[in-house]
Amino acid sequence: MLKKSNLILVTLGITLFTFLPNCKKGAATATLASDAASRVYVAPGEKDEVYAFLSGGFSGQMSVYGIPSARLFKIIPVFSVFPENGYGFDEETKDMLKTTHGYVPWDDSHHVEASMTDGKQDGRWMFLNANNTPRLARIDLKSFETKEILEIPNTSGNHASPFATENTEYLMAATRFSVPVPQASVPIDSFSKGGFKGTVTMVKVDKNTGRLSVELQVLVPGFNYDLSHCGKKKSHDWCFFSSYNSEQAHKMLEVGASKKDKDFILAFNWVRAKECKDQGKAYNFGGDYVNNFKEENKPAVSTRLSGVKMLNPKDCPGMMYYMPTPKSPHGTDVDSTGEYIVGGGKLASVIPVHSFSKMMEVKDKKEHHSTEIEGIPVLKYESTLAGEVKKPCLGPLHTEFDGQGYAYTSCFVSSEVVKWKLGTWEVVQHLPAYYSVGHLSIVGGSSTEPYGKYLIAMNKITKDRYLPVGMELPQSAQLYDISSGKAELLSDFPTVGEPHYSQMIPAKLIMDKTAKLFPLEENKHPYATKSENDARIVKLGNTTHIYMTAIRSHFKPDIIEARTGETLYFHVTNLEQDYDIPHGFAIGGAPNMTNLLIMPGETRTFKWVAPKPGIYPFYCTDFCSALHQEMQQYIRVSP
Amino acid sequence: MKDLLFTTISKKNRLLILGVGVFLVLVYFIPIWSISISAPQYPEGLGMHIWINQITGATPYDLKNINLLNHYIGMQEIISESIPELLFMPYVLAYLIFGALVTELYPKVGMAALGIINLVIVGIVGLFDFWRWEYNYGHNLNPDAPIIIEGMAYQPPLLGCKVMLNITACSYPSYGGMILGLSLVVLVYILWDENRRKKSNVV
Ligand SMILES: [Cu+2]
Repeated sequence: MLKKSNLILVTLGITLFTFLPNCKKGAATATLASDAASRVYVAPGEKDEVYAFLSGGFSGQMSVYGIPSARLFKIIPVFSVFPENGYGFDEETKDMLKTTHGYVPWDDSHHVEASMTDGKQDGRWMFLNANNTPRLARIDLKSFETKEILEIPNTSGNHASPFATENTEYLMAATRFSVPVPQASVPIDSFSKGGFKGTVTMVKVDKNTGRLSVELQVLVPGFNYDLSHCGKKKSHDWCFFSSYNSEQAHKMLEVGASKKDKDFILAFNWVRAKECKDQGKAYNFGGDYVNNFKEENKPAVSTRLSGVKMLNPKDCPGMMYYMPTPKSPHGTDVDSTGEYIVGGGKLASVIPVHSFSKMMEVKDKKEHHSTEIEGIPVLKYESTLAGEVKKPCLGPLHTEFDGQGYAYTSCFVSSEVVKWKLGTWEVVQHLPAYYSVGHLSIVGGSSTEPYGKYLIAMNKITKDRYLPVGMELPQSAQLYDISSGKAELLSDFPTVGEPHYSQMIPAKLIMDKTAKLFPLEENKHPYATKSENDARIVKLGNTTHIYMTAIRSHFKPDIIEARTGETLYFHVTNLEQDYDIPHGFAIGGAPNMTNLLIMPGETRTFKWVAPKPGIYPFYCTDFCSALHQEMQQYIRVSP
Repeated sequence: MKDLLFTTISKKNRLLILGVGVFLVLVYFIPIWSISISAPQYPEGLGMHIWINQITGATPYDLKNINLLNHYIGMQEIISESIPELLFMPYVLAYLIFGALVTELYPKVGMAALGIINLVIVGIVGLFDFWRWEYNYGHNLNPDAPIIIEGMAYQPPLLGCKVMLNITACSYPSYGGMILGLSLVVLVYILWDENRRKKSNVV
């Protein structure tokens, strides 16, 4: 069963952790469900049970799969341009990718978060982070389209993001790469002297519209804040952030950041933070950022904003505490009851579990403090500890919960998922993963009421799993059935981009609410053309606006005359009011625009500067009808 | 026979006639007839409702989509404004309802018989007109249509289902049509009931 490459990795792991007892014995208990094929088989025309939304890692996108079949349904462009449908290119969506750094058509998207109401998934929105150029996006689950992107100021590396509070009051975002705040050119070794900072940002989500805004930032010590999860039920007011490099090393982090036995999980009381803000304890701070919003059937509006309210932890006692956690913790996850905060220490030999009740009990008792860092009390490890899962595996990272009292932790180095019991901290099962698993996802696993049933493990390496396709092998995830006492491997499937994290939602929560079309009468696009009678060409000096309609199987107007150097805006409205009849629009040789896919009732604009004289065809690119191939016309460009 | 027609309708049957009048009012608010269309590329189907005064799609978009499909074969666009019958049909219905009310004031069996005759005439003329309308739409095709199939007409069925190319069209009375039919049944029942009552009285 174990392949050579995996053995090498495991051996490497063991060499790294020679102090660890060999904890590989459990791998033998893993099983492949004997009737796995039939359990993932979804017959033609039948629907999957669950939607899985996977981030694309370095693809900057989000993809939608059906579970258990693992069929890929859709790629939703979020932070990366998408030539297939014009996202990031056309006049409607190009402003979605604007930042204070200019137009940034790519990002590194790690974490998907589902909107929740009262701790339960509500199927309204998905949120996604952009790690590289700090941003946070809201994807609407009616149209499965990106509706809003908010840049996060005063941060660098938006990794611990976007983790939602129990009722989606706020999304949290924290700094991965601490930097001078505000930015400044300083010697890099001033990092070790406290010159670099991190921020924790509270992004407010409007309850009805979902609109995003920066509520408050908290200036925190310059560690690397890695991941977050917010509390639920009794821990509703709190969010927890893991951190590494509390050593504040600035070179050879591999060594420098791994010196201390323990780094921290930062416990942050966001209700208290808001209270301090309202009491005027936060001060005006700089920081430019951009908010891009695409209202339905309108061009995106990009707004440049400036300044935030900043709060120092010492000005708001009771807001933040550090809980020591071994060793370079990565994941921090809160169980469905809100009591247990599980740390995943990528170099740790145990899985430490903090107790929320214990933390509440001791947090303000001096005898339970070991020290204080920049106004943040550091609690004693034992004081908040509920228990430790001993010798679970090598390199525990992320934990998800099934709502039945069991937790599942991914182990990067030993390439497995361990199932253990909350309360007794006993490992009950080892499930091999292929290979080097990062995040896990259980259906509804981060809500208060997990739906359970399926778990996917998202892997980093796929050597020998699939037909080789050059040096970059397929990215992949694995599907397990966790509905019975013993979890079983059902399938593994390749994914688009690195499947970094995901949220899975029961299909019934979303499928009947999805939009089928944009009602034409509600189209508020300034350049909409709602009937063929209104199709027209308007010349304004050297600029021409073509109010064009598309319907099976023709465009109107269909003959366009232009002069070299003239700027033409093709405002194309799809007049169809039928499910699944988009029309496409492309012009031969257009250098700066890609294709457009225009949904029924939607208007989108294709900008084109007339090149050298000649005849240029334009045509429909989405096979729309029997006469799709005839849906083509010409532009004549004269000198 | 003559006696029967001038017999006063029983209290129970007068109530029934009042019921017929009230139910006929409903016909203003619900479709009379429905045509549904299904094809492999329309698994959810398309539908068209014929009301007393208009034609609509089963969903807000169905009529538009039926017309979009039809344009390939050169059928005229189906719009309520192009069907003059829809202008006077509401008055015909008003006449029937008026008849029911008059019967309340002048409750003679003959009035019920007149109602039957009216309904039958409306039914026959209506169905003939509907057939004629379907015939015209199905046969008057644009000679410049993109798809022309020799000898092919696209007349939908009057009642029942019919396959045309890859499309199955079914035509059935809708709730309004059922109310009209039921009204006829009720009137016939009244006639029968009155006749039976009269006979038993004689004996
Ligand atoms: Cu087309």
